[in-house]
Amino acid sequence: MTITIDQIPCQATEGEFVLNVARRNRIFIPALCYISGCSPTLACRLCLVDVDGKRAYACNAKAKEGMNVITKTEEIEAERKAIMQVYDINHPLECGVCDQSGECELQNYTLEMGVDHQAFAIQDTHRPAKTWGKIHYDPSLCIVCERCITVCKDKIGEAALKTVPRGGEPLDKEWKEKVPKDAFAMWNKLQKSLIGPTQGETLSCTFCGECTAVCPVGALVGTDFQYRANAWELTRIPASNPHSSDCALLYYEVRHKSIQHPQETIYRVTNDIHFGTLSGAARYGYDFENTVVTKDQEAFKSVVHALQSGELKTVRFNSFITNEEAFILQKLKEKLGLRLVNPDAKAYQDFLAGFASASGKSLYGATLETLAQSDFIVSVGTALKTDAPNAGYALNNALTMNKGAGIYFHPVPDVVVSGYSKNMLSVTHKVGSEEAVLMWLLGRFGREMPASIANMLEGFLVKGTKEVSEVVKEVVTETVVDEATGESKEVEKSVTKTVTKTVEVTQNTLWETMGVEDLDESIQKLLEKKERFSLIAGEDLYAHPRAKELSKLLGLIARYTPFEVMLIPSQTNTLGVALLCELDEVKEGKVLGYNEKGDIVLSALGKGTLDMPALNQQEGTFTNMDKRVVPTNVALPYHGYCLNDVASALGIQAALTVDYTEQLPQDKGYEARPFDTLPNCFANDGTQLRGYCLHVSECTPKEELSPLHVSALDESLVYRANPVHQFSPFTNKAHQLNEAGALYVSLAFLEAKGWKDGQMVKLTNKEGHTLVVAMKADPLWEGMIPYLPTFDTKLETAPFFTGYRFAQVTFEGVSHE
Amino acid sequence: MKPLDTRNSPYMYVHEEVHPVTPWEQFKQVVARTFKGELFVGLWIVFREMIKKDSCATIQYPLEKIAMSPRYRAIHKLLVLVESGNERCIGCGLCEKICIANCIRMDTKLGEDGRKKVSEYTINFGRCIFCGYCAEVCPELAIVHGGEYENASEQRAHFALKEDMLTPLETFRANKQREYDGFGALSKEADQWVTKTPLAY
Repeated sequence: MTITIDQIPCQATEGEFVLNVARRNRIFIPALCYISGCSPTLACRLCLVDVDGKRAYACNAKAKEGMNVITKTEEIEAERKAIMQVYDINHPLECGVCDQSGECELQNYTLEMGVDHQAFAIQDTHRPAKTWGKIHYDPSLCIVCERCITVCKDKIGEAALKTVPRGGEPLDKEWKEKVPKDAFAMWNKLQKSLIGPTQGETLSCTFCGECTAVCPVGALVGTDFQYRANAWELTRIPASNPHSSDCALLYYEVRHKSIQHPQETIYRVTNDIHFGTLSGAARYGYDFENTVVTKDQEAFKSVVHALQSGELKTVRFNSFITNEEAFILQKLKEKLGLRLVNPDAKAYQDFLAGFASASGKSLYGATLETLAQSDFIVSVGTALKTDAPNAGYALNNALTMNKGAGIYFHPVPDVVVSGYSKNMLSVTHKVGSEEAVLMWLLGRFGREMPASIANMLEGFLVKGTKEVSEVVKEVVTETVVDEATGESKEVEKSVTKTVTKTVEVTQNTLWETMGVEDLDESIQKLLEKKERFSLIAGEDLYAHPRAKELSKLLGLIARYTPFEVMLIPSQTNTLGVALLCELDEVKEGKVLGYNEKGDIVLSALGKGTLDMPALNQQEGTFTNMDKRVVPTNVALPYHGYCLNDVASALGIQAALTVDYTEQLPQDKGYEARPFDTLPNCFANDGTQLRGYCLHVSECTPKEELSPLHVSALDESLVYRANPVHQFSPFTNKAHQLNEAGALYVSLAFLEAKGWKDGQMVKLTNKEGHTLVVAMKADPLWEGMIPYLPTFDTKLETAPFFTGYRFAQVTFEGVSHE
Repeated sequence: MKPLDTRNSPYMYVHEEVHPVTPWEQFKQVVARTFKGELFVGLWIVFREMIKKDSCATIQYPLEKIAMSPRYRAIHKLLVLVESGNERCIGCGLCEKICIANCIRMDTKLGEDGRKKVSEYTINFGRCIFCGYCAEVCPELAIVHGGEYENASEQRAHFALKEDMLTPLETFRANKQREYDGFGALSKEADQWVTKTPLAY
């Protein structure tokens, strides 16, 4: 379909907004309130255009064949100028100190529209500034474009903000004649509203900070950033989120620390507001660098010697490393015969292998983009809100923008996820019954499956009876005596009756195995008119006692159902490590820990034998959950030794760590592309120009299905999860996120046990491991299963979770004496 | 090429004296120059001025100093507000941005009163080229050029911290802060160019 914008023919798809078509074709239409990927709010009215002689707003006018759009006429320009004049009424003249100055859209458009005097006036309203935790709101700077509200609802899914009454003077009638139509309508609305939390006086959300990112003026800013630097002093360094596997595009904004301390410091993190989202950890957890001033030659020699002499045979590491580092570790393994131990990546690697053997493809199919475009999404085995916030945002985006529906299978209900939409069904199944969930999915959606599998799944269907109450209308004849005449008449009346019937139905016994009531009917309703299916599977499954069977089930789901499956990598580069390294089981002996415990420790957290650069001090690539190899850059200088120096001393020579980028193995799907050729941005139309996608190879699938075996855990459990914003010791190192780990419990748990927030509790498991820890109430956590975090290095939580994420423990209150 | 004076040119040919060529001519020139009275004319002028009363053309530096023109650009001053005695600088960072010698730096922070505070401000006078852009760009007339031109020092650290430039409170209390009319100040008729923003109350 072709439409014409300013005499330029542009290609468009059915139902696309004119503004998006224009932006894709590099035609400028001013707009303050619209954000790509969100619904149009029509708050600013700046995108007013002429469509076939009629006024329309480009942000919500859908493209139609042969449409002729003119973006600028005299009348429109006058209207736009008046709109900007209205925005400037009573706007404080404090650009000199405003944090947004220099990147303020109000400044830009005021100049763009040529506003050189003010013709309108109204009495100002007293609007004191407010601080909502990490977010600072100054209502006097707010132009109520509602971007924050829109992004919170359509992308983040929390709807934590809304418009609240401003309490301003009503507009005088004289203005109606003096002010152009659209500017007046905008003013009328502006004069009535401000932004405020949906509930209560302060924000109660996950504090992702996306609202501060989208704010076009200085009304919403990070409390920590306030008045510390100006936009033009900061250098933007494109990088990737180092904390979780979304590896979202982010910009580190750096500047010298102060007059006395000229070294570079990160002041804040920003993102592409139109095409990307950032979780709170990425936005606030930026200062986890390892400041090292000189090269510690002694320590370096001791590490090299320990490896060379064969004193150390095991390297224990986690997946908060780059692809290049993983590749170096693999090369060291090949040269020195080391054992590489990374239990998390090992579980994922095995799971991926099982998945590939059943699906016939080396990797899963879904990406965050396909998630956001689907209209029916199922999530299994992940605490989505904290495990993979960006997948949650994509899920919510699909629900709100595509009129989608979804099911959230998890043993712990989540207020945030179930709040995404009323079409989001939360199924709280028994702990350990994930296999039944996947079997149900395969049985319900599987098409053209081999007979053996189909028969096995049919075995779960049982013919049964069900009592159904129906409302029936009945016609009853009554004899009525007319009081006046004394005649009796027969009158027909319809009466509604509730009748209970017994109906024959096919029931799925898998629901019983999951421990929930049969939901087939309500799911049938959700499935109406749904076409694009996605399945998110997460960390609960990888270390599951039945992980092997689960991985094959997921492979079969990918093969025989319309679902596009995503297996969320549990740590930043778990997928990369799983592809690049041959991992081994734990064995006795001396251990070299890389950011992990060991006899000799290489650590980017500091306090190790030898310091290593943190991920904001390194260049390299990550393999993210989109199966994309994305680059990250150096934001802060590092003057010590890095892993490449150790490898070079051991005979694996390379000048730079990024020299390995083009050597990443092509049989695993990587490309032979040098680091410097990898772009890291979004194109004007939202196309991801970030690194490259891994190549997926095909193999011959095996079609087998083991019989269902569920051993559900019931009582007194604890879950391994991190609170919002925390992923690893690195996030906890950041000054805005630093907190002490605790046993995070729901308010219901505290009430049921009769304990108080902050009280100490003793956990004991079957093997006799004990942990005395304080309890912390998490208002966004529900149910009776508390969780233990992994981000706090001072809390020894690892012995409780040798395999599965749920563990049986006994809780015991500890008195304070 | 034609001789210079016959060419159509804006240049004029200066006729010089004919140089002596023969040794006899050279001898004659030397004798004439040596015994001419011109030397004594010059000596007389010097002597006359020496004995004349109140004829000194130079000033007696360092006992005496010139009053600099307001347009002169020497060591900067940071002014304070006449009404409250608070610093005028709001920490907008424009001087830091515009400085072509890259010698201005400031640290800002959120003050306890919720306003932006300048916690530290420096100009490296060893680098400053005294171009005056900082004074010109300052929206608050907070940084101005003063007349202090004696900026030699044996220590780099003396170039310079905020306290040195800021009007001392004693000066201010004694009502001695001079309103600045030099480089970067508003023009006399500045008020004429202001369009007033309407107020509804």
